[in-house]
Amino acid sequence: MNFDLSEDDAALQDSVARWVQQRYPFDVRRKLAAEAPGFSRTHWREMAQLGWLALPFDEAQGGLGGGALATMLMMEELGKGLVLEPYLPTVLLFGGLVRRSAALRDDWVPRLIDGSTLGALAWQERHGHHELADVQTTLRSAGDGFVLDGDKVLVFNGAAADQLIVSARSTGSRFDEAGISLVRIDAAAPGVQRTPLQLMDGQWVAQVRLRQVPVQTSQLLFAPGAGHAPLRDTVREAMLALCAEAFGIMQVLQAVTLDYVKTRKQFGVTIGSFQVLQHRLVDMLMALEQTRSLLYRAVCSAGEGGAEAERDLLALKVMVGRCSRKIGGEAVQMHGGMGMTDELMVGHGMKRLMVIDSSFGNADVQRARFAALAA
Amino acid sequence: MDIRFSEEENAFRTEVRAFLQQAWTPELAKRIDADASYPQAIVEWQRRLFERGWVAPGWPRAQGGCDWTPTQRFIYDSERSAIGAPEVLPFGIKMVGPVILKYGSDEQKARFLPRILRGQDWWCQGYSEPGAGSDLAALKTRAERAGDHYIVNGSKIWTTYAQYADWMFCLVRTEASARRQDGISFLLIDMKSPGIRISPIVSIDGEHSLNEVFFDNVRVPVANLIGEQDKGWTYAKSLLAHERTAIAGVGDSKRRVRQLRELARRETQLGAPLLDDPLFGARLADIEIELMALETMELRALFEASKGKGPGAESSLLKIKGSELQQAIQQLMMDMAGLYGAVLGDSGHDFGNEARRSFMYGRAATIYGGSNEIQKNITAKAVLGL
Repeated sequence: MNFDLSEDDAALQDSVARWVQQRYPFDVRRKLAAEAPGFSRTHWREMAQLGWLALPFDEAQGGLGGGALATMLMMEELGKGLVLEPYLPTVLLFGGLVRRSAALRDDWVPRLIDGSTLGALAWQERHGHHELADVQTTLRSAGDGFVLDGDKVLVFNGAAADQLIVSARSTGSRFDEAGISLVRIDAAAPGVQRTPLQLMDGQWVAQVRLRQVPVQTSQLLFAPGAGHAPLRDTVREAMLALCAEAFGIMQVLQAVTLDYVKTRKQFGVTIGSFQVLQHRLVDMLMALEQTRSLLYRAVCSAGEGGAEAERDLLALKVMVGRCSRKIGGEAVQMHGGMGMTDELMVGHGMKRLMVIDSSFGNADVQRARFAALAA
Repeated sequence: MDIRFSEEENAFRTEVRAFLQQAWTPELAKRIDADASYPQAIVEWQRRLFERGWVAPGWPRAQGGCDWTPTQRFIYDSERSAIGAPEVLPFGIKMVGPVILKYGSDEQKARFLPRILRGQDWWCQGYSEPGAGSDLAALKTRAERAGDHYIVNGSKIWTTYAQYADWMFCLVRTEASARRQDGISFLLIDMKSPGIRISPIVSIDGEHSLNEVFFDNVRVPVANLIGEQDKGWTYAKSLLAHERTAIAGVGDSKRRVRQLRELARRETQLGAPLLDDPLFGARLADIEIELMALETMELRALFEASKGKGPGAESSLLKIKGSELQQAIQQLMMDMAGLYGAVLGDSGHDFGNEARRSFMYGRAATIYGGSNEIQKNITAKAVLGL
């Protein structure tokens, strides 16, 4: 048992923390979020130069071979700055699938690592409600290849991405895990129509309309119909990464709130001297420590896989949802009127936490899954 | 980062499991469960552990302890709680023993420690008073020096098992000083001394485990003073931090949850197992998830302890969350029992009485060992700097 970081891990954490501190003061973040694409390509190039875009890829593909722990540290530090660059959609979702695909990895991993390609994963459909297997987009044979038809919603980084991976049904009926295929398409391919939308956390997503989009066999990531397992595994990694990001945000919200109650005076004393607030600040600390505990637990079991890893991850996502609500809500409340203002970081942290909770199924969805596992 | 136990630790777990399977017999479990046989049976359990050399995990080996690492203690405790075996009585082994070890004279060590290990003396704790609960330093029980003796007057309250106790470790005021924490001394009092009167307090679980203890000119030899006169607060405080780490009760709560799950498979609602009810499932899941977090929080604290850091401020968080979860589990069991939980006596229902007793007794968990509100005060000051 060892909860300490190795020297390499600590060095990674330090370098991301320093970059966030230098590049991401809150006014910069506000300016970036104010207009499309909602992030900075200069930042993205820097992240490539620093080697961070190579983090999860195998060394054989030019990557750094970082595991769940390295990704956790990266995301936790990015979370502290409310960083907007599309690390999750490009490196972890698009990259996570490309990395698993023998057919695509040689071509596409280098383009992700050097920062030249921005990717996105289009999996969600209007009716789907977080269920990966609920796919009605279709992939039908046509001549030598296929055509893709359907509608994908709220695709992270869908507006800026050059390349999309799309889940589509080849065979079987709605909800079947077998029969789901994954294809890579150019975002500018004929038949692809994207409608950009901005979310309240500043990120730009897209509604993606697919009509008779031509697909070659070489664009299939896996054998036709065999996409569900790699999709599920990739999404699990992304959920863990999002939880780490949320943990970073929670730490900042807790810290700034604690600072604020120590300086803000009312009735001639700092409001942090009031016991009612002190006890609630301890509750926030408790939420933080509970999240940290389940995050470390899930990161440790992620490498092993299996039922234990799934259980730990679901528990973590539930805890992140619950604790986000507590810490985000209390941070705004204890800042009083200032907490309501757009110029303060606090409300933006709360909004990002809310978006993370809703991503890939919120705390209630994950709790139902957890209960079904255990029963 | 690695959450797994080492090979040696896993081998230790196997060894512990094998011993417990042989030592914790159904016959002993039955005797511990029954009120009348409890006092002898719990001492018998302690004797079995003593014979194996495992009665005092935290004590140094030279003094009859096991010198276990914090992780070994955690493993022992998980195995013990998994089969439903109780901890040994804490008053001697966990509470006064470590204080005597750290601050007692050689003579006191020789006199008391071997008997504590064997369970030959039953100890009770004399801290709280009618006017000194969370504000322990407000205690008023006086001890005045008269030659070779202290003369003790006053009273203690909430004294668990005073009716069985041979000895009490007691905080008394020896000096009315400016700072209330000064002038408190740590005395060992023979419960057979003339002038001690014990008055039972029946608690809301219907049981008599609590007492009020009155002292009327009780003579206590000066040889029974621990450390220096007027320095008792320091000694008692080191004990309180110790008490808080043990209080999370993760292992016991995990066993309770397994028990609830089994019961919910058998209980039916509209003809279907209660376990299939989504609302029940959600409540159970919430408890299990928090328990997983608590367990890992404890492992993190163990890891810090293994690096030589003593139980620090995180022990308050463990106490708060551990006791809240115990109560959430008790509440869920009580809800499952429904009106059967209210029946005094045998209704033929399988867990109604157990649910009520554990619920009622369990109210104490957020009060004793420093109430949860006090733990929050401590954390706000020590961790948050408020």
